[in-house]
Amino acid sequence: MQFDTNTTSLVNNAPGVSHLMKQVLLALLPAALCLFYFYGWGVIINLALSIAFALMLEASMLLLRKRPVKLFLSDLSAVVTACLFALTLPPLIDWWIPLVGLFFSIVIAKHCYGGIGYNPFNPAMIGYAVLIVSFPLAMSQWPAPQTADNWISLQQSLNIVFGLIEADWDAITQATPLDAVRSGLVAGQSYSEIVSDKSFGVLSGAAWQWTSLAYLLGGFYLLKQRVISWQIPTSVLLSLAALACVFWIIDDVQFASPVFHLFSGATMLGAFYIATDPVSASTTPIGQIIYGMAIGCFIYIIRTWGAYPDSVAFAVLIMNMAVPVIDYYTQPRVFGHSLIKRRGD
Amino acid sequence: MNKLIQTLWTMRGGVHPEFNKEASTQQPIQTLPIPPLLIIPLQQAMGVVPRLIVAVGDEVLKGQPLTSLAANSLGAIIHTSTSGVIIDIKQHALPHPSGMSGMCVFIETDGLDRCVETARGVQSQASCHENKSAQEKLIDRTPNDKTMLNASVSADYKLDYQLFPPDVILQKIESAGIVGLGGAAFPSATKLAAAGQKSIDTLIINAAECEPYISCDDALMRERASEIIEGINILMQLLQIEKCLIGIEDNKPEAIEALGVVLSERNKDQRCKDHHAISVKVVPTQYPSGDARQLTQLLTGIEIPKGKHALESGVLCHNIATAYAVYQSIVLHQPLLSRIVTIAGDGVKQPRNVEALLGTPISYIIEQLGGYTKKAERMIMGGPMMGFALPSDELPIVKATNCILVISKAQLRLASKATASDEIQAMPCIRCNKCAEVCPVNLLPQQLYWHARAHDFEKTAEHHLMDCIECGACSYVCPSYIPLVDYFRFAKTEIKSQQQATLKSSKSRERFEFNELRKQRIKQERDAKRQQHKEALMKKKADELAAKALLDKAGDNSGKNAVNNSAHIVASNATVSAAEPPKPDTEKLAKQDAIKAAMERAKAKKAAMKAAEQKDSNRDAV
Repeated sequence: MQFDTNTTSLVNNAPGVSHLMKQVLLALLPAALCLFYFYGWGVIINLALSIAFALMLEASMLLLRKRPVKLFLSDLSAVVTACLFALTLPPLIDWWIPLVGLFFSIVIAKHCYGGIGYNPFNPAMIGYAVLIVSFPLAMSQWPAPQTADNWISLQQSLNIVFGLIEADWDAITQATPLDAVRSGLVAGQSYSEIVSDKSFGVLSGAAWQWTSLAYLLGGFYLLKQRVISWQIPTSVLLSLAALACVFWIIDDVQFASPVFHLFSGATMLGAFYIATDPVSASTTPIGQIIYGMAIGCFIYIIRTWGAYPDSVAFAVLIMNMAVPVIDYYTQPRVFGHSLIKRRGD
Repeated sequence: MNKLIQTLWTMRGGVHPEFNKEASTQQPIQTLPIPPLLIIPLQQAMGVVPRLIVAVGDEVLKGQPLTSLAANSLGAIIHTSTSGVIIDIKQHALPHPSGMSGMCVFIETDGLDRCVETARGVQSQASCHENKSAQEKLIDRTPNDKTMLNASVSADYKLDYQLFPPDVILQKIESAGIVGLGGAAFPSATKLAAAGQKSIDTLIINAAECEPYISCDDALMRERASEIIEGINILMQLLQIEKCLIGIEDNKPEAIEALGVVLSERNKDQRCKDHHAISVKVVPTQYPSGDARQLTQLLTGIEIPKGKHALESGVLCHNIATAYAVYQSIVLHQPLLSRIVTIAGDGVKQPRNVEALLGTPISYIIEQLGGYTKKAERMIMGGPMMGFALPSDELPIVKATNCILVISKAQLRLASKATASDEIQAMPCIRCNKCAEVCPVNLLPQQLYWHARAHDFEKTAEHHLMDCIECGACSYVCPSYIPLVDYFRFAKTEIKSQQQATLKSSKSRERFEFNELRKQRIKQERDAKRQQHKEALMKKKADELAAKALLDKAGDNSGKNAVNNSAHIVASNATVSAAEPPKPDTEKLAKQDAIKAAMERAKAKKAAMKAAEQKDSNRDAV
């Protein structure tokens, strides 16, 4: 009897890329619900629009590049990019702004470099960075947390997003905690004065702290499921906290507390979901720690002395550039090799 | 028994596949009937192809060597596994990853299983073929003590090998054609001889059997534990060492128990003093704990340095089936004629362990086990992690065959489980690092893959590709279903062939340069020879003239002969050196010496002649 000898991979018991992506989506769910609770339908519209745009762009790029569309769409990587991207957008933003951002995410940052697995930069953060540089005003108009009194209905939200009615931005927006601290400090207020405002909670902004906790919850789930390893999130958070701690101890009037930094803006999102994007992150155990620590430092430096209120996107993108070098010089010790590298080894 | 079972160290990485060993261990080892045809490949061990010493038409007896091996060459000889007639010797496909062919001896068996004479005399037909032959013999000799049978054995029986000096044991192991039966098929005698030159303190017996489906060592340990321990004793005596660790994964409780019983029986026996030295070490079930280096680390904590042999760390690792083969060769005086093979997978009706004669066609075994099921889609030799696909079942069982897996694509995960027809397609690497997490040697498979795909072999070498043990753990966990090991094998082959090409070109350059040098030297030598010839001729002429003058003077021809002789010697020396191929300088010097000597002889003759001349002239004068 004759047998086919095509057995390339022999045994593989892995759950597949789409399974990993589903885990990430699941982990994002608490934060998405939390944001929906505080910021209303705008969050859901952002997510829906982004997913639709991303799938559309992904499909057309796959067609252009003559790749199997169904196979690559079902890996869900475009959906994850879209969700991470959407969650960083201010709710009620004009509908075409996500499209522009995702064009840069999916078309430029991902497919121009060869599609999934080949992008040196985090696609979602490329999209976000393009938008914050191009449309700083639109990107900083975060609505105030909504309550039952000023809840904006789905119809109203859609009208605002698609430009059918002009929103009264002054009435509905409120500075994000990072913005408030930043402008307050520039105006000469002390840190403790600023955070005593009723829009602040124990950890950071009243709404933001819950969102951050929701991201943290999802992050623990990813760690438990071994979708991500501990090195990157731990080193990002520790280095950010350490740096913030040093300056806060030196001068707690001029500098925000480490707790505030950890639970504000996109810190948790960045530490557990963005910096851990496997494609663009470092892969060696020591390299991951170096990579994470550098991101934490850059987050603090740009937030404190840079021109942008939040800086996770820039910190991650800067370190994406360094990944090949980090990986090359932090190769783990191979079995049987001595720790000290001999010449010519 | 719990005292014997302990685990000390850990290894890095590893995976936990479904082991699927139960199906083949339900029933005891089945000894197959003698197949009508044996196909015995000449080369079944690492090393050189041994020389054939039989011819078509020869009648051969069980245990008769078919090949011989030049002294000091790496390899192992083979024997015919039963009696019969050689009907053909020709190229035939081998069970090899490349699907290559090799010389095979085709033997039509006669079913009589007649044995060659051994040191013990002609073995009876029954005991020759039965597995239990050893035990039967023991019963003959120690009829009154049945427990002794398992534990140890009668005095004269022990004396048998304990009186043998190590080189005799080694010689017997070599002439039995024993190779590492774990799959690598490295000649055991060579390994043991190398061990003899180093200071080894620990013998590690590899019984981890970490690959899914394979259970041949498990079955062997369950059924033939005392023989195995005897084989280990022989090895320990040969190596003169006091410590042996048997490494077994904890998913083989029956085998652990069987070995434990034999060892504790032996410990009670006063006559077997040294058996405390053998201990069973249970290691956690974690693929690939059965790799020799990984097992050494698990058992002793020693991490064998790169590029060094285990021997240099004071340990020697042998497979447990090899220890059994050693027992067979020394105690039963029987060369390696058969082995236990696991036949498993959902493609075969009755999966089980069989004892098959070397050379048995796989098709015959499958037939004996009720044939194939409908799911027989792939045939794999070895386990699913490290094995390779066979193109046909018309291939023979060889010394390295530990398992034949007949399996469906779904079981192999070539197709997704849900839709058994959809082939799983490899996706791009997302650098998720799962491969690096499970790599037992701490490589970065995702980086290796990247560079191997780009044919950047220099980079793969920088990332220590050559340290890859090809265990397949990385492929096993890859969420993108990338056949990583295939890429690594490819890159390794490329690097090796590049190295060989470089070696070849440097060798041929060397050869060219040597050739040029040789030509030059020949020319010089020819010139020198011509010169000498000329000189010799001139001398001869002068001598002849002188002799003539002498003759003319004295009429005595003795001088003439002498001159002729001396000239002849010079000439013949020259011809000898010219006819011989150019050799190093010593030859040249010798030649020069010869020339010198000849010239001196000539001189002496001349002087003698002069003296004679003078005498003559004196006589004349007188």
